Amino acid sequence: MNAIEVRDLHKHYGSHRAVAGIDLQVREGEVFALLGPNGAGKTTTTEILEGYRQRDNGTVRVLGQDPGTAGRDWRATIGIVLQTATDAAELTVRETIKHFRGYYPNPRAVEDVIDLCGLREKVNARVRSLSGGQRRRVDVALGIIGRPRLLFLDEPTTGFDPEARRQFWDLVRTLSGEGTTILLTTHYLDEAEALADRLAVIAAGRIVAEGTPRTVGGRDRAPATVSWVDGAGPHEVRTTDPIGTVVQLDGRGGISGLQVRQPSLEDIYLDLIGASA
Amino acid sequence: MTTALALPSSTTALPSTLRTGLSRGGVELRMFFRDKGAVIFTFSFPAIVLALLGSINDEPGPGSPMSQVLAASMIAYGILSTAFISIGTGIANDREDGTLKRLRGTPVNAGAYFIGKTVLVAVASLAEVALLLAVGVLMFDLELPTDPGRWLTFGWLLALSIVACTLLGIAASGLARTARSAAAVLNLPVLVLQFTSGVFVHISSLPEAMVRVAAFFPVRWMGQGFRSVFLPDSMAAGEVAGSWEHPVTALVLGAWCLIGLVLCLTTFRWTDKRAG
Repeated sequence: MNAIEVRDLHKHYGSHRAVAGIDLQVREGEVFALLGPNGAGKTTTTEILEGYRQRDNGTVRVLGQDPGTAGRDWRATIGIVLQTATDAAELTVRETIKHFRGYYPNPRAVEDVIDLCGLREKVNARVRSLSGGQRRRVDVALGIIGRPRLLFLDEPTTGFDPEARRQFWDLVRTLSGEGTTILLTTHYLDEAEALADRLAVIAAGRIVAEGTPRTVGGRDRAPATVSWVDGAGPHEVRTTDPIGTVVQLDGRGGISGLQVRQPSLEDIYLDLIGASA
Repeated sequence: MTTALALPSSTTALPSTLRTGLSRGGVELRMFFRDKGAVIFTFSFPAIVLALLGSINDEPGPGSPMSQVLAASMIAYGILSTAFISIGTGIANDREDGTLKRLRGTPVNAGAYFIGKTVLVAVASLAEVALLLAVGVLMFDLELPTDPGRWLTFGWLLALSIVACTLLGIAASGLARTARSAAAVLNLPVLVLQFTSGVFVHISSLPEAMVRVAAFFPVRWMGQGFRSVFLPDSMAAGEVAGSWEHPVTALVLGAWCLIGLVLCLTTFRWTDKRAG
């Protein structure tokens, strides 16, 4: 069964078409990343899947149910990590997590979640006193305390330092290893590449490419860049046969600084976004 | 960990709305009393105003001194503060800081959320009334009644006042565009109604037209009702009708409970639609 099943999704605000016909399948147990510039329809799409917004058209099934009409039982099986909440300011970290635990029928243990999210040192601090990155960890803790089958992560590592980001990636891998399906929206392409089994790029309310981080947008077939320096100065060629190019260079001698680069996910992404804009 | 351990079994039942609601009440109370701003401006403010106004109007005269009239009337202010204002600003805040959005993404339903608010309002209002009575007794020699009948009146009056103010506060929370403006938006009717309903000044000194308009609103009847509990019956002569008018009071407050309920059901929303 697919955890998320979307067909021909449409949503507009007035005359603005925020989502203009999206099809999406996320398999159970998969980490799926949704990429796209601000205003592309990412948030609208996610919020429809989370049950926050009503769609205008199309069919949506999330864990087998329509999020527009699903009830408390369904909500107990999803976890949502919000982007901008500043609530619970006067509670301590442990109080907040403990309180949210009481909402769910089959929650994780409070202390496990504290350790998983790296909040051990801050358990007795008021949420108000936390830094932005620590605050996001609490958001993540509240998103997973109910042991969701499907977790929505909306730009989860914004404001994290590089070390915290690596720790967070490990957490996502742990959750994924336990069988949790994860829908991730992010602006960080290295994050999508590190975590996602598959990804889709949204631009102007449509999906412009879909695939694995290695294949999306024809990345695996795109020309590579070979660069080198010889007596005449630096050179760079784009070629679909980098090995052939290197072999040719080998015959010439006097070559230094040889590099062969496959296009990065960022190169592919920017091409996709540029082409659709 | 195995997959079986990670996926919830469908046989485990959700916690009941009541249980979740009471749990929310616990954290609502903790958050309210830990927030210095709320404690000073919402909770202590009526007691400070009573202490000041009572000290200014403390000369003995015929019947009860004005300070005791104020002490009784200002129980209405206390309830307006902890029920109407604190619930209205509280919900506006919850809408703005993401509390409601976060809860919407969990199994918490509107019922549990409002049970939590009800616990907060009930406890805060009782504490508020106790604080005001303590100021009245200690500073202005207000005598607490010994007649159980008067406490019975106090009971239904308190219940109807709290319910009406809370429901109207929930409905009014949607009027404010931001949490910051909510306090101002909610305080305006509270202050205006208190002046025109004879809470801050004696009702017999107000223009007749003002009194007539104020009679449509709950504050007038709350103030009069609490005076009937804590002042001697001889003071009823100073009221608009020359009597305490308990049946009319119950009727008007009951009607406002209904109006408040209808407004809540038709206007409450989880998030601010204008926020996009």
